[in-house]
Amino acid sequence: MHTTEETLQGYFGKMLGDNKHLWAAASTMDTIWVLYDRVLNVSPETIDDPDRDRFYLSKGHGPMALYAMLAAKGFFDPKMFDTWLQLGSPLGMHPDHTLVPGVEISSGSLGHGIPLAVGTAIGLRAEGRRKPRVVVLIGDGEFDEGSNHEAISIAGRLGLDRITVVAVDNSSASLGWPGGIAKRFEMEGWQASTVDGNSHEELYEALTQEPDGRPRAVVAKVRPKEGSAV
Amino acid sequence: MTAQVTRTLMRNVFIDTMIDAVATDTRVVLVTADISSWSFDELRAEYPERVINVGIREQAMITIAGGLSLTGHRPVAHTYTPFLIERPFEQIKICLNHQDVGAVLVSIGGSYDDLPRGRTHQAPGDVALLDTLPGWTVQVPGHEDEVEPLLRKALAGDDRVYLRLSDKVHSESIPLSEKFTVLRQGSAGVVVAVGPVLDDVLAATSTMDVTVLYASTIRPFDHAGLRAAVGAAAPNVVVVEPYLRGTSAPEVAEALADVPHRLRALGTRRDQEVRAYGKAADHDRLHGIDAASLAESITGFLC
Repeated sequence: MHTTEETLQGYFGKMLGDNKHLWAAASTMDTIWVLYDRVLNVSPETIDDPDRDRFYLSKGHGPMALYAMLAAKGFFDPKMFDTWLQLGSPLGMHPDHTLVPGVEISSGSLGHGIPLAVGTAIGLRAEGRRKPRVVVLIGDGEFDEGSNHEAISIAGRLGLDRITVVAVDNSSASLGWPGGIAKRFEMEGWQASTVDGNSHEELYEALTQEPDGRPRAVVAKVRPKEGSAV
Repeated sequence: MTAQVTRTLMRNVFIDTMIDAVATDTRVVLVTADISSWSFDELRAEYPERVINVGIREQAMITIAGGLSLTGHRPVAHTYTPFLIERPFEQIKICLNHQDVGAVLVSIGGSYDDLPRGRTHQAPGDVALLDTLPGWTVQVPGHEDEVEPLLRKALAGDDRVYLRLSDKVHSESIPLSEKFTVLRQGSAGVVVAVGPVLDDVLAATSTMDVTVLYASTIRPFDHAGLRAAVGAAAPNVVVVEPYLRGTSAPEVAEALADVPHRLRALGTRRDQEVRAYGKAADHDRLHGIDAASLAESITGFLC
């Protein structure tokens, strides 16, 4: 069953109050929506299945979109939102995979999602599992972290084509990425494309390409963050 | 004079054990960052899916180990001490500890095995750094024969293990124990020798009436073993570690929280960076952990 904007916005409101601006500014919402609604092969029933698809939210700040989606898909009871940020609540401003059902990695410090995905993809390949995908969401500001670039090179050389990185680009990197983010992936042997990060159709099409021996990067352009340096 | 015995480097025992482990256990995945990678060329050709060299990318090496562990594999990451523990320390904290996954980290180089290369290749703070994170088993073998059983045990588990290898060794291997091994019993105090400092400690204390304990596993710290030894001697405790002086002092304080005691912690210096080349024996002396310096320190402490 497809998730409605009403449902997601309702859960969002439980965390951040009825603030339409914050909802509109959630740069990752559309990507997460398309992934969990139409792309990823994972559900509350298969969350421990080794053949499930994995979603690694590398950009751990702003996990509200992921929490809202996981609740909408039944990974946890929406009543949990009533405990948001309280002592004893599983739900914090950075997600902890040991606390929140459906969250695959704990993040918040930037630049760890892609190398974690590389390790996971190597592990799955060593077991002969071709089915599961590992989708990582990063931000263009996060892309500054050098740890990404170590991992991007390795994934390209090892041909880890079950990895997809979605780089949500709201032009928030302080020094910018002249020439675009996609080129950095292409240089390292990735297949890369740039799409409208608010277009569900463009995201869906980019996120459902058949693997061709190369890891895949999808740069999802969204409107610049207010007060951004660029 | 005893006959010269050809000794095997700890590093070579690690390499041989890994070659066998990868061949016999599909859980095991070895990740290197160029250091020692040539020793695994044949193994990598045979098991390319489970023997990975990532180039000079230590941050990625640690995080990849974390990602592998998320799939149920048993990752082993290996390089020189400063590049294994210090450079990717946040990766250890976030991609192993915070993900609540395990890995086996195996270092070579000890605190200062490669003196001609100077400070950049020294990491005497490694164990103290790992002490800031929970759940690490820290193994500091002092003899090459201790390496394989320690590594086999680490590979069979799923926890976080740091195996710290060094060129420096002591002369007799000690039967493997997670607890402190009592090598001598005396009444004037208790001396704990960690890994490869053992020969120097035994030489320094040869005429002293002290208990000597030996540890090849220093975390978890054997609180009960220390309490028992201190209960049977004067409560004067000396800990000699081949890395940063006083690294285990908080553990001694915890073990003896309700026992009035004195502690002398010996190891590499905290008060200054030893900016010098030379030989390991020179640096043992500069740090005060050669046999002569130890004898002087311990005698002064016990008087």
